[in-house]
Amino acid sequence: MSMAGLILLLLLGGLLAWQAERIHPNLPRWTALVTVTAALLYLLAAAPTEPGATMAGPHYSGSWLLHLKLAWMPRFGIAFELAMDGLSLLLLVLTLLLGLIAIAASWSEIDFKPGLFQANVVWTLAGVCGVFLAVDLFLFFLFWEVMLIPMYLLIAIWGHENKTYAAMKFFIFTQASGLLMLLAIVVLAWQGLALTGQLSFSYFDLLGLSFDPRLGWWTMLGFFLAFTVKLPAFPFHTWLPDAHTQAPTAGSVLLAGILLKTGAYGLLRLCIPLFPDASQQFAPVAMGLGVAGIIYGAILAFAQSDFKRLVAYSSVSHMGFVLLGLYAWNALALQGAVMQMVAHGVSTAALFMLAGALQHRLHTRDMGRMGGLWHQAPRMGACAMFFALASLGLPGLGNFVAEFLVLLGLFSVQPWLAAAASLGLVTAAVYSLWMMQQAFQGAPDTRRNMADFDGREMLAMAAMMFALLWLGLHPQPVLDLAQPVLDSLRAAAPFDNPVAALDTAAAAVPGRGL
Amino acid sequence: MNAVDFQALLPLLVLAAGAILLMVQIAWHRNPGLTAALAAIMLVLAALSCRFAAEVAPLQVTPLLLADRFALLFCTLFGFAGAITAVLSRDYVSHHGDEPEEFFLLLVLATMGACVLAYAVHVASLLLGMELLSISLYALIAYPNKSILPLEAAAKYLVLSGAASATALFGFALLYAATGSLGFTALGQGLAVTGTGQSVLLPAAVLVFAGLAFKLSIVPFHLWTPDVYDGAPAPVTGFLASVAKAAVFVVLLRLFLDADLFRYRILVEITGLLAIFSMLAGNLLALLQSNIKRMLAYSSIAHLGYLLIVFMVCINAANQALAVEAASFYLIAYTATTIAAFGLLTLISTEATVRENIQLQHVSGLFWRQPLLACLMLVALLSLAGIPLTAGFIAKFYLVTAAVSGHHWVLLFSLVAGSSIGIYYYLRVIYYMTRRPEEYRVEQHPIRHWRGRFLSGVLIAAILLLGVAPQSLMYYLRSILL
Repeated sequence: MSMAGLILLLLLGGLLAWQAERIHPNLPRWTALVTVTAALLYLLAAAPTEPGATMAGPHYSGSWLLHLKLAWMPRFGIAFELAMDGLSLLLLVLTLLLGLIAIAASWSEIDFKPGLFQANVVWTLAGVCGVFLAVDLFLFFLFWEVMLIPMYLLIAIWGHENKTYAAMKFFIFTQASGLLMLLAIVVLAWQGLALTGQLSFSYFDLLGLSFDPRLGWWTMLGFFLAFTVKLPAFPFHTWLPDAHTQAPTAGSVLLAGILLKTGAYGLLRLCIPLFPDASQQFAPVAMGLGVAGIIYGAILAFAQSDFKRLVAYSSVSHMGFVLLGLYAWNALALQGAVMQMVAHGVSTAALFMLAGALQHRLHTRDMGRMGGLWHQAPRMGACAMFFALASLGLPGLGNFVAEFLVLLGLFSVQPWLAAAASLGLVTAAVYSLWMMQQAFQGAPDTRRNMADFDGREMLAMAAMMFALLWLGLHPQPVLDLAQPVLDSLRAAAPFDNPVAALDTAAAAVPGRGL
Repeated sequence: MNAVDFQALLPLLVLAAGAILLMVQIAWHRNPGLTAALAAIMLVLAALSCRFAAEVAPLQVTPLLLADRFALLFCTLFGFAGAITAVLSRDYVSHHGDEPEEFFLLLVLATMGACVLAYAVHVASLLLGMELLSISLYALIAYPNKSILPLEAAAKYLVLSGAASATALFGFALLYAATGSLGFTALGQGLAVTGTGQSVLLPAAVLVFAGLAFKLSIVPFHLWTPDVYDGAPAPVTGFLASVAKAAVFVVLLRLFLDADLFRYRILVEITGLLAIFSMLAGNLLALLQSNIKRMLAYSSIAHLGYLLIVFMVCINAANQALAVEAASFYLIAYTATTIAAFGLLTLISTEATVRENIQLQHVSGLFWRQPLLACLMLVALLSLAGIPLTAGFIAKFYLVTAAVSGHHWVLLFSLVAGSSIGIYYYLRVIYYMTRRPEEYRVEQHPIRHWRGRFLSGVLIAAILLLGVAPQSLMYYLRSILL
């Protein structure tokens, strides 16, 4: 019940934050902060570290920690089924931590209807938690769609100058691809009915179905499209720069930090394990898209003069690594992809918070009108430097571990693609340092009078710096948490590529190697 | 006829008694509040009486009417929808004419026509119900007789709908000439005996289908829809868009099922083609509208297109039960949602200076001015768009499931494309509702009547309940269809 409790807690907390505005305009953010903190503590207290005995499904029962199944619509074999394993736990912790950051980032930014704003932030978190926990595909789709509505409202109501266009584009892209996923889910369930004689939307019942190759291919494509639009991968990324740029700071933090990760999670949890054969055939295309995204995103990032757009395009580039890692489908690359999800979530959230803070102070995102900020706001400068270095993959920080693992894993499968992808590390250095130079170095504008980070903002920044350092210097706990899940996913959907033998040898490496 | 027969027809009898009661009451003492209350009570009673009628169902009463649970389910729906329309109209029509009482009498009669259609298993009862419904609607649309738009709408609807009825009637006459029978089942048997060779059958099928498709406003018989929706008083438009269409759809479905017209593959495939046209044309044309009523008119064309998918699914007899279940659920969800959407327009236009012509800017900032009404519209629009947690999503899920079971990929992709386009114009309304106070200028007063708030609450609850906990309705539908 603890998982349903977590979602319920967030939903009720959002409702409370909404209504708290009637009492005092400052109360909503405190309510939201307390809610998310409580949810985080509740999660950490409730999450068992050992696999639960209750979970005895036919498919890799070993790695699941918690499981809950309540009848919902038995007519279609739909249940309210939640389950948590190490991967979901990791992403839930990330979600709630970034939720706290988002609330901190928007602490003094929102004047218009602060109650509804905080409510939407908390509801987005509830939806994302639902996505990470749902193992009934109908329920998964439900959370997948529902989390968009508060996000849409965040952009449409509190966004910047071009918010309507951005919010619409975001919603339509994800909705249209979501409908294809719904179609794919129904086809999948119907295939389950044809093969097992029982209609069910449960992930555990649908794993390992055999497909007619053509049908399997199309169904897989439905899932793949929905997830890569959300990820986003080239060429479905065009909604992202608009949405990120126009969203309020908290919205950008949530979008970049966690909403993109739901796409990666979907690929890892659903798309590849449910359709191992089709996915394996499709892997070269997906990896090609990944490399294209890395390079294309980096080039476009370099071409931007808008601080937020630059960070947004850098996300496209970084998420390319996730796509590569996932479709390489070996132990090292998968670890790298998971690591990238976490590290990118933290580093990009920090950069968006910075961008939001700059916009709040300077009323512009144009880097041409910045310059020399380091002199006027040294703390901001130092923070920006740290996260720019993290983003370009400096050894010792989380992003380096992630990208290195992906490249290492990929090299054993597709050496040429790995070589091309490693260009991304070079280009990342170019645009990150370019950003630093444009905004923070050079001659300061003496007429400008701006405040540096205050204690609240420094606290949030320090927390994220600590997280990245920890991920970079001692990634083992994260790797250990994800390892059993990744092993069982790979066992459920083996790719019989010629280097499979390498995998088993390599699997030992992350255990002790780093 | 004996007592059991009367029991089976209880909803119709209650409605007929209600109509007479209202007439007497109006003659005795004019009072719009009293008339509206009486009409709402009789409509709710009619809906509730279906429970008693269900005890003897299924029962064939005369060759014309079949009182089965399917008919009674829709009678309940129409009764409640009529009652909600009556309450919504209470404040709306009192602003218009001097004597708003007969409006409610006509509403009861129109609901009765819809219920007759739900019962109909014979061409005669089909025509009786359809005419009772349509003729009441002509008057209802024209009721605000001092404005030009309603009159224009009523005239258009009168002429075109009359022509459509005549077309259908001629088609049925030809069918009768070919088969010698008018009952749906007998008609099917007659067709099986005579075979498809007879030359009158093709024109007959075309005429009947065109007549009914006009009432459902399926492309290419949809041209009247935006004008009539736009001009009619908002509560009447809600009734026209939901109850009138659902009733005709129910009878069309029953005609196809009872006469087993799904044998004629060409006919069904034409339906599928029209479904695709309706989905795409309805959604694309809705994009261009800035008048909310016109937008909803085009969106209703698209929704009927989605619904027509079930005809294609019915080709395979194994999937017929699922298809009919899906259609029933969709009709219920669509009725609730449509009534909610037009209910909102009614509630905001009772106070607005602009009547009948509600543009996007009239809902600007509704979220901050009237949160409850805005929530009603939000829920209704999300339901129309098919977003989870609302009735519309489960309904769309049903349709997708039914279509997947029959492997109708082209229809499914049209559904996906249509819905994707649809999101844009639904979202645009939501966007206008969330505009900040500095971005618009609208003079409006908050609704003061408890009725509006109560109805908003009921409709929001109904749509969300159908979206979150649909299982009891699913079970019920399954139990009556198997």
